[in-house]
Amino acid sequence: MMTNQTISVTPEHLAAGAPDERVTSFHVRDVALTTSDGTVAATMALITMDNGFDHTKPTTYGPNGLLRLRDALDAIESRVAAGELAAVGITGKPFIFGVGADLKDVGTLTSRDQGLAIARLGHDQLRRLGELDVPSFAFVNGAAMGGGVEVALHCTYRTISASVPAVALPECFLGLVPGWGGTYLLPRLVGPAAALEVMVSNALSQNRMLEGVQAFRLGMADALLEPADFLEQSILWAAKVVTGETVVERHDHTADADAWAAAVAGARGFVTAKLNGAAPAPTRAIDLVESGRTADRDAGFAAEDDALADLIMSDEFRSGIYSFDLVQRRAKRPVGAPDSALARPVTKVGIVGAGLMASQLALLFARRLDVPVVMTDLDQARVDKGVGYLHAEVDKLLGRKRISPDAANRLRAQVTGSTSKDGFADADFVVEAVFEEMSVKQQVFAEVEAVVSPECVLATNTSSLSVTEMASRLEHPERVVGFHFFNPVAVLPLLEVVKGERTDDASLATAFAVGRTLKKSCVLVEDAPAFVVNRLFTRFLGEVIASTENGTPVEVADRALAPLGLPMSPFVLVQLVGPAIALHTGQTLHEAFPDRFRVSRNLRAIVDAGKPGFWSWDDQGRPYLDDETAALLTVGDGPQTEEQVRDRALCAVAEEIGLMLEEGVVAEAQDIDLCMILGAGWPFHLGGITPYLDRTGTSEKVLGRRFHAPGVASVPG
Amino acid sequence: MPRTAHDVVFVDGVRTPFGKAGPKGVYAETRADDLVINCVRELVRRNPNLPPERVDEVAIAATTQIGDQGLTLGRLTALLSGLPKTVPGFSIDRMCAGAMTAVTTTASGIAFGAYDVAIAGGVEHMGRHPMGEGVDPNPRIVSEKLVDPSALVMGSTAENLHDRFPDISKQRCDQFAVASQAKLEKAYANGKIQPDLVPTATRSAEKGWGLATRDEPPRPGTTLDDLAVLKTPFRAHGNVTAGNSAGLNDGATACLLASQEAADELGLGAKMRLVSFAFVGVEPEVMGIGPVPATEKALRHAGLTIDDIDLFELNEAFAIQVLAFLDHFGIAQDDERVNPWGGAIATGHPLASSGVRLMTQLAAQFAETPQARYGLTAMCIGIGMGGAVIWENPHHVLDDEGKGA
Repeated sequence: MMTNQTISVTPEHLAAGAPDERVTSFHVRDVALTTSDGTVAATMALITMDNGFDHTKPTTYGPNGLLRLRDALDAIESRVAAGELAAVGITGKPFIFGVGADLKDVGTLTSRDQGLAIARLGHDQLRRLGELDVPSFAFVNGAAMGGGVEVALHCTYRTISASVPAVALPECFLGLVPGWGGTYLLPRLVGPAAALEVMVSNALSQNRMLEGVQAFRLGMADALLEPADFLEQSILWAAKVVTGETVVERHDHTADADAWAAAVAGARGFVTAKLNGAAPAPTRAIDLVESGRTADRDAGFAAEDDALADLIMSDEFRSGIYSFDLVQRRAKRPVGAPDSALARPVTKVGIVGAGLMASQLALLFARRLDVPVVMTDLDQARVDKGVGYLHAEVDKLLGRKRISPDAANRLRAQVTGSTSKDGFADADFVVEAVFEEMSVKQQVFAEVEAVVSPECVLATNTSSLSVTEMASRLEHPERVVGFHFFNPVAVLPLLEVVKGERTDDASLATAFAVGRTLKKSCVLVEDAPAFVVNRLFTRFLGEVIASTENGTPVEVADRALAPLGLPMSPFVLVQLVGPAIALHTGQTLHEAFPDRFRVSRNLRAIVDAGKPGFWSWDDQGRPYLDDETAALLTVGDGPQTEEQVRDRALCAVAEEIGLMLEEGVVAEAQDIDLCMILGAGWPFHLGGITPYLDRTGTSEKVLGRRFHAPGVASVPG
Repeated sequence: MPRTAHDVVFVDGVRTPFGKAGPKGVYAETRADDLVINCVRELVRRNPNLPPERVDEVAIAATTQIGDQGLTLGRLTALLSGLPKTVPGFSIDRMCAGAMTAVTTTASGIAFGAYDVAIAGGVEHMGRHPMGEGVDPNPRIVSEKLVDPSALVMGSTAENLHDRFPDISKQRCDQFAVASQAKLEKAYANGKIQPDLVPTATRSAEKGWGLATRDEPPRPGTTLDDLAVLKTPFRAHGNVTAGNSAGLNDGATACLLASQEAADELGLGAKMRLVSFAFVGVEPEVMGIGPVPATEKALRHAGLTIDDIDLFELNEAFAIQVLAFLDHFGIAQDDERVNPWGGAIATGHPLASSGVRLMTQLAAQFAETPQARYGLTAMCIGIGMGGAVIWENPHHVLDDEGKGA
């Protein structure tokens, strides 16, 4: 602990180091606190946090902004001392309360002292809101995240608007802790269990956010008010508190040491299961909550300062910021996509196939594109099954009140099925989701081409076949694009958009436009075997499975990657994908790159035996290797340790990425990472994967170079 | 089938504090519709006995019905105020008497039996919608000399009124204006105005959020000397100044009307009972005289005379038009029954909203003046009209001789 460490970095140094900060102002105006007959009872100084932009550029807190808060609070404190004010309020510009520290700048700090300085600057100013001689009120009018939530937590009281779309402490998601008072104050306000749910469980569950109503129910606000006259009613509520008409009761959660310890233990279990210690931030947050119960404010806040300073200088946080930027920015402006003005309108969609994948696509297209969708298959029974699946899904959405009865009627009417492709005649976009076999797909496209207009885009949902070859026998091969979704289609946000050799810009632009309307994040991929995600996965899994063939026990091999904190272990993943599909992709890649991709004997044995995977599951849902499966496996005499398996898998991944970049499968390493984050759920703290390969020295060992310069997605060394 | 006319009662009325129009005014960055929505929400909040689904109509007036005062403002106000979707609404325009007409129109529907409960109000954001915004006067006005062109400039019509009534001097107008300011100041000091004001958030990108809890236009302490030096923008060496006229303002009002039966059924209470109303046209170039024939007609409908009126809430668009009214009926300009809490010269006059302000103030005065039986709300209207509504005080008590005091 370096709690009382003196540092030479001043707030002014930090401010000077952030010349591009979007500086937030803290405007102060007096408002009258009135009683119900309109009599003025007292005066409140109302602070408005506003960075001068509209809600598309939310209010953040950087060093320059915090200095403005300091000035505002200086003036308020002297007025409080002079007896001029009975209360202080703080609210945001329209639709935004505050969304936290300016992380872009925090992500470029180069020393721990700087990190400590920004942590202290935030604390030093925010805590004043809770240490005035008059009560303070946060009026949470809009989105509140991170430091914004902490601004509210420091206040004595909080109101929240029922229309607030997002309340969250996402710090752990990015690699930090809510360290401007969040870990100390929130457990005191709502209890340790609820606090840890917000700052740890929610943050690690795809950064789940609360709506205003949920935040209120959790106890994060004292009053829930309607949005139409939120500020007016908030000020009236504050007036009632100031005059004593309304009294807010608080519960002392710190008194119950057992409940506190239980909540902490629960959160630790959650984090261990989720991350296996791969990222430090959540554990640090839990530590702070644990020690915070008996710490005084000074000690609690100082511990937060230290945690922030350490984490700001961690590679996991730098990778978190890098990943956040990929998902927030790069995913919205796909690199290499043609001018969107070239996209042709899509007013009707055809889907070849009525299997599960095709039916999922039909639902997605009908819901998002809001155009007629025609599904075809070889016989009426399959068509009926596909349409039936869709109707059942629509009923489920209706039952959960996700859609209105009118919308359900519209969806049911919009999706039709047929055994004839004639219904495609006026379609602008036809996607095939038939059996993964080149000749079948070529024939399907030929049949479709016979019916549709020359401009109709033909898209293939192939996961590994060549788009160029699929298009080669068509009259208009320039209309063919790859459109590779990830299962489950409704959940995973990635869409690999594949450009064949002859694909023209208009067709490609149309595919990107459709993908965007489907609310998918599109990444442009060249027509290379298995594209990005499946190729990397297969290479990676291939090494892990091969290690079992060398004699590594399945348990050891499956545990080898645990330190990365991936969403699931390799063999659990095989089970989810299905061994047959994994094997098929492996074969395709083996044909393309026989020296690097081998067809796994053990995987083939599992498939041939009709097993669902390597693992069986006991009563408690724990995986184990049953004797029958064990008997199927070839086991050599060269067992490897977890570390060795991990190393060979990561080296293989680094090599493969190096080759993919050389081949130009994607534009940059960032696109690989984006694909792995959005298509495979690989975690932010790895930065997808390439920052982790840099960080561990793997890329230099294998390729002789890093993927990124030091300081990109890492702490500059 | 036989029909029964229903008594109409004024249940409650509120308004936003009025602001000065223009970029420095408190509502410069506040939408017009939000002002009136604030009023409707406060009305519903203040009358918890009213089930919102029992509101049968929402009539909202605005003179300039475009932008945030357009799009069938009454209906949108109902929706955005959180009233059930089943509650209908419409927009209304009779220039300055918009809200007054919203009241008389919905009241007529109540009397006819079509509504049990209605909300009527008005809004004018003269900062966002200056007078004359987007107008396209018919060229026949000039070519056929149908209307004197000065009729479209309200200040000029006030100067024209001075021509018609040469005995009414600028000095008298200024005296009346000084009194209006003083009466409002006193009313504020005595807490008369505040109870019916809806505190309204004021957005300013530059200064942050504020809260309007008082009118912005009043100039307490105004003296005759202050007014003497003001310019006469409508006529060189004329009589009409910014000091003896209402200003250009932003604000909104709303009130709750009900049939007597519905008010009794729901326990809403009644602050006033509607007696009669009338609108009358006059020469557009002297529109300020409108309240005189309108009041005469309303009195005739009610079978009353001007002597029966115990309280007057007259809109002060211009001091000259109020004085013309008072002179006509032989009432002294400092008569205590007239605008006891001051008028639009002090509070401001956001055109289409003002009618309900008159009514809300009359209702409050009724409550504290049980000896008053009848009250008049009246106003002049652009393009040459006057409107008058006569109300009866339900708190009225008879004295020992069986008559009102």
